[in-house]
Amino acid sequence: MTEFKTHIMVCGGTGCRASQSEKIRQNLNTAIQEYGLEDDVQVVMTGCFGFCEKGPVVKIIPDNTFYVQVKPEDADLIIQEHIIKGRKVSHLLYEDPKTKEMVSDSKHMDFYKKQIRIALRNCGFINPENIDEYIARDGYAALGKVLTEMTPEQVIAEMKQSGLRGRGGGGFPTGLKWEITRKSQNDQKYVVCNADEGDPGAFMDRSILEGDPNSVIEAMAICGYCIGANQGLVYIRAEYPLAIDRLRTALKQAREYGLLGKDILGTGFNFDIELRYGAGAFVCGEETALIHSMEGLRGEPTFKPPFPAVSGYKGKPTNVNNVETFANVPVIINKGANWFNKIGSEKSKGTKVFALAGKINNVGLIEVPMGTTLREVIYEIGGGIKDGKKFKAVQTGGPSGGCLTEKHLDTPIDFDNLIAAGSMMGSGGMIVMDEDSCMVSIAKFYLEFTLDESCGKCAPCRIGNKRLHEILNKITQGNGTKTDLDRLRLLGNVIKDCSLCGLGQTSPNPVLSTLTNFYNEYIDHVENHKCSAGQCKALLKYVIDPEICTGCTLCFRNCPVGAISGEKKSPHSIDQSLCIKCGACYEKCKFNAIRIA
Amino acid sequence: MNTIKLTIDNKSVEAAQGTTILDAAASVGINIPTLCHMKLHDMSIENRPGGCRVCVVEVDGRRNLAPACVTEVTEGMNIKTHSIRVINARRTVTELILSDHPFDCLVCAKSGNCELQALAQKLGIREIHYKGEQSHYREDTSPAIIREMDKCILCRRCEMMCNEVQTVGVLSAINRGFITVVSPAFEMNLDHSVCTYCGQCVAVCPTGALTEVDHTGAVIRALSDPNKTVIVQTAPAVRAALGEEFGLEPGSLVTGKMAAALRQLGFDYVFDTDFAADLTIMEEGTELLSRLNKHLQGDKSVKLPILTSCCPAWVKFFEHQFPDLIDIPSTARSPQQMFGAIAKNYFANNIQVDRENLVVVSIMPCLAKKYECARDEFAEKGNPDVDFAITTRELAQLIKLANIDFNALPEEEFDNPLGESTGAGVIFGTTGGVIEAAVRTAYELHTGKPLPKIDFEELRGMEGIRHATIDFNGLDLNIGIAHGLGNARKLLEDIRNGKSDFHAIEIMSCPGGCIGGGGQPYHHGDAEILKKRQEALYREDKSKPIRKSHENPYIKKIYEEFLGHPLSEISHHLLHTEYFDRSKK
Amino acid sequence: MEKVKSLADLKKIRDEVQSRIRLRENSDRPEKLVQIKVAMATCGIASGAKETLNTFVEELELQAIDAVITQTGCMGYCYAEPTVEVTLPGKDPLVFGYVDKTKALEIIEKYIKKQELVDGIIPVTYKTIDE
Repeated sequence: MTEFKTHIMVCGGTGCRASQSEKIRQNLNTAIQEYGLEDDVQVVMTGCFGFCEKGPVVKIIPDNTFYVQVKPEDADLIIQEHIIKGRKVSHLLYEDPKTKEMVSDSKHMDFYKKQIRIALRNCGFINPENIDEYIARDGYAALGKVLTEMTPEQVIAEMKQSGLRGRGGGGFPTGLKWEITRKSQNDQKYVVCNADEGDPGAFMDRSILEGDPNSVIEAMAICGYCIGANQGLVYIRAEYPLAIDRLRTALKQAREYGLLGKDILGTGFNFDIELRYGAGAFVCGEETALIHSMEGLRGEPTFKPPFPAVSGYKGKPTNVNNVETFANVPVIINKGANWFNKIGSEKSKGTKVFALAGKINNVGLIEVPMGTTLREVIYEIGGGIKDGKKFKAVQTGGPSGGCLTEKHLDTPIDFDNLIAAGSMMGSGGMIVMDEDSCMVSIAKFYLEFTLDESCGKCAPCRIGNKRLHEILNKITQGNGTKTDLDRLRLLGNVIKDCSLCGLGQTSPNPVLSTLTNFYNEYIDHVENHKCSAGQCKALLKYVIDPEICTGCTLCFRNCPVGAISGEKKSPHSIDQSLCIKCGACYEKCKFNAIRIA
Repeated sequence: MNTIKLTIDNKSVEAAQGTTILDAAASVGINIPTLCHMKLHDMSIENRPGGCRVCVVEVDGRRNLAPACVTEVTEGMNIKTHSIRVINARRTVTELILSDHPFDCLVCAKSGNCELQALAQKLGIREIHYKGEQSHYREDTSPAIIREMDKCILCRRCEMMCNEVQTVGVLSAINRGFITVVSPAFEMNLDHSVCTYCGQCVAVCPTGALTEVDHTGAVIRALSDPNKTVIVQTAPAVRAALGEEFGLEPGSLVTGKMAAALRQLGFDYVFDTDFAADLTIMEEGTELLSRLNKHLQGDKSVKLPILTSCCPAWVKFFEHQFPDLIDIPSTARSPQQMFGAIAKNYFANNIQVDRENLVVVSIMPCLAKKYECARDEFAEKGNPDVDFAITTRELAQLIKLANIDFNALPEEEFDNPLGESTGAGVIFGTTGGVIEAAVRTAYELHTGKPLPKIDFEELRGMEGIRHATIDFNGLDLNIGIAHGLGNARKLLEDIRNGKSDFHAIEIMSCPGGCIGGGGQPYHHGDAEILKKRQEALYREDKSKPIRKSHENPYIKKIYEEFLGHPLSEISHHLLHTEYFDRSKK
Repeated sequence: MEKVKSLADLKKIRDEVQSRIRLRENSDRPEKLVQIKVAMATCGIASGAKETLNTFVEELELQAIDAVITQTGCMGYCYAEPTVEVTLPGKDPLVFGYVDKTKALEIIEKYIKKQELVDGIIPVTYKTIDE
């Protein structure tokens, strides 16, 4: 059996590959052979290090030396100097931007570790179907601590001190919410976990429930202790069968251990949790609609106040928190509010989990401290834009959020900054768009979602969004006018101003933010009837360049509607009145004679 | 309760804690427009989903506009109800609602009475800037109610009446987003549902989405048919409301003008349902006494309480919802149907007209009466006892159509023999009236003594559920009263659970009784109108020379000539009915 | 399961499980105590994690390699699903991405049996709460 003394890890993430990391690997292997080190050194391609900005990166194991911006021609030097002579190649080392020192040992540096996993601390580590593994990682220690050492007031004070804000999108201070519910006098109160995750592309809550259900159960019990509730409810969408399954298993095990039920840990505190299933209506993520749905009523929001903290489920004081919010709670109790509130930005403490999606290399679930910039998320953790295309926009906050642009890339992400930039945190969907995205179509896409998901209760959301969508449709069909753009803005603002619930109040955001940030693209659509991203079919025009066309007749033969004519061996042409813009000719042409005008 | 100081449109306002901006503004003469909101003051009926967003106002320091109907005032609030931001929003929202509404105002049944139309006018809407697809739904016609949901603006008032007030539970919003509509479950037709046709949905609908089935055409055809003798009966509540359709103050009594108008319309005989109400009291009162006496003698097969049965919506309600209790209500038919049976079996003979050629029209404050007269058991060989039931509103329409200057009409009398009535018959039109009328007669029949006082104030009022104990010469008779089917449900559940100690209960489906019926002129949420109609009926009762049903000379005569005595064989056949278990339908 | 009646009971369970894990990790019989975690959240399963899990179970049994194979939640690397974490005794855990059947067999052959690294390692790019 061979045992390599040294491993050289070359980043094979998409970003580094684009800067020739494959070539580096080849050169390293060539050098290894040259020096006869085949039995001692092995070169391995890895996944993304999340440090694409300084890529390509190379890491030497076991001494953990980290080289950045390595070029293929550096391979020989690395083998010669580092492997053979045992000397670090200093010019390839990473320079700490603060200390200006060269950093060599990646074990002791955090520069490429942009993420901190608090809510996701156990996801991917423990077997979610075995409560022992959760307990081994200090699970239920926080519950034990609050039940035996702290008064509810102390716990609430700790929560307030931590600065934790609701992760469902609203950003309401969690400790304050608990305090209000605690102060509502009633014989019966409820703790509700909102697991009705609904943003397109968002799956943070699902992952937490699937990977670490006990953290939510423990937090709900802690919350119950604080507010004076002995009953918890998890409102979870029926489309999450695995999460439901794992949650049920966890509840069963917790009950068997007596961590739920009567007289928990011999303290006299009783608490248990039931599941309630949602049918997948987006609006049921809104807490009043959620409560109505749990009561068996139509899932429609009602005006607040009264807030659920005063009158919620069955008219009783109810504390509703989202899954990710709860997942943070045991850590705060175990490690202390002052540990937690050192992470994050001034007004937004801790971390936020994002589901990174779209035209980005490292699609996935990430957890970053509040205050991380969009650039760090997109270019470092996310590994940059797919296929080396140009970044155009990033959409946060799901259908309630807005599209942010290049100029927002260095904005530190937190609740308030995103709102100031015209978007919002939302529950954590983050969708990256490249130059091929048409922002009018993107706005239309999000609005379609809202149209489907509007409950129909209030007029501005029910009818207003329909009209917004119709105007956008008109624009993408090439029939829009400049007046339509004014109408979009006017109507969008009224919908924001007048709608009943958060869904309606934020539904025009995708339209308004693109209108602000990409006004020229809208103008292009309505005045020049052009969609530069080539997404609006009705605005496309396929033309044959007579200079290039050889008259091979391939396009003629493939046109499904007979819009192409021309003599064999002489340039063809497309009858625009017949063309249905299917693009078949464009695909088939071997001479690139067909252009999109 | 704390007083809160705030400012609305630069006016200082003081309001009690818990007051909405809408009410606080109204207290200083600022009338913020509303559409979905409706509140029947003092009747605990309120619809405020906060859905139409027409009542939005600007509140200093608030991010978005606040709906005035649901937002409570807070200390130091500074509110603007007509800033440019508010006006723009309010008009835009109204335009949006109009953009999803048919533009057939000129031919709409609700034209002139439509709250959406009035709003558009108030806001000066002259153009709809946002045009687009409109929602289309299948029209649904039942025996009493037409649903044209294209005209629905989703105010949800009907839903609130159907579910919260009436607890019938037929109407609710279904679907989501733009295609949301109020409908029976699975978009079934109303006549396949447990709808009672109480018509309270129609009574509160701000637009033409819910209207009554119009029988005025059929009535005109009958009146113009020389082979037909057309007679009319008018329900007690009609005379206290019809005037409103001609600009008279709510609570104006137009009994005489109404009789004159009907005569001018061409009815051959103008009769009064009040006569049949007196007849009802004879039958129902006797039934009550008979059941009471048997019960007191220890006959366990006789059940108490006895429930009134004048209200067809109520009858349909218990047939669907309480089929286990269908032997409790009185078997007496409603006055409308008693009148029909007497007209076609007694009066027709008197005037030597074939049943088929006698057309009985009734003017009712009610939509369920349209359904009632179509019930199979109230017809002989396919010929109904009552041919057409039209509403107070439809009558007003007929009067206008016949070019009659209603307000200039003289006061005329009803015809005899079916037009003579007592004060007891008149008060059938209000909650508490039927049982008061019954008590007046039952007391004297039971005790053989004259009543010490005729007015039973303890039975009157607008409380949803009322009870009183009447001393029947040493016997304490426990009387219950409920109006609104939700209140009725509570009393019925008590009976079902053996917790009821009433001897007799009066139930009317509509809040306020027939004066608030689904066929009355629209009250547009003003509960004062209902109260004034109620006062009018008590006023009419007081002015009547005879105020006890059993003293009506024509009632005495009909028993002498035709019926024999209450609960006789022929009464049983013509004036009583049976009920059906509809729960499994 | 016996009820956890007090905080002391809870700590006892924690310590027991922890020492069990430590025993596993620091064993002196390296080839026999391999620990494999397959990310089995919805995203992983959708990308074929079940087949990956089965491959490990069957192949390791066939080759009589004593390993503890468990499922775990989402590791967050959706772009590289299915993902698998392999911990050889005495070594830091390594996460591999795109582990289909072929890759699983390669991991067994090269990494588990020979401690030879294979392509597709996903570097740890985050801090834990204990760092």
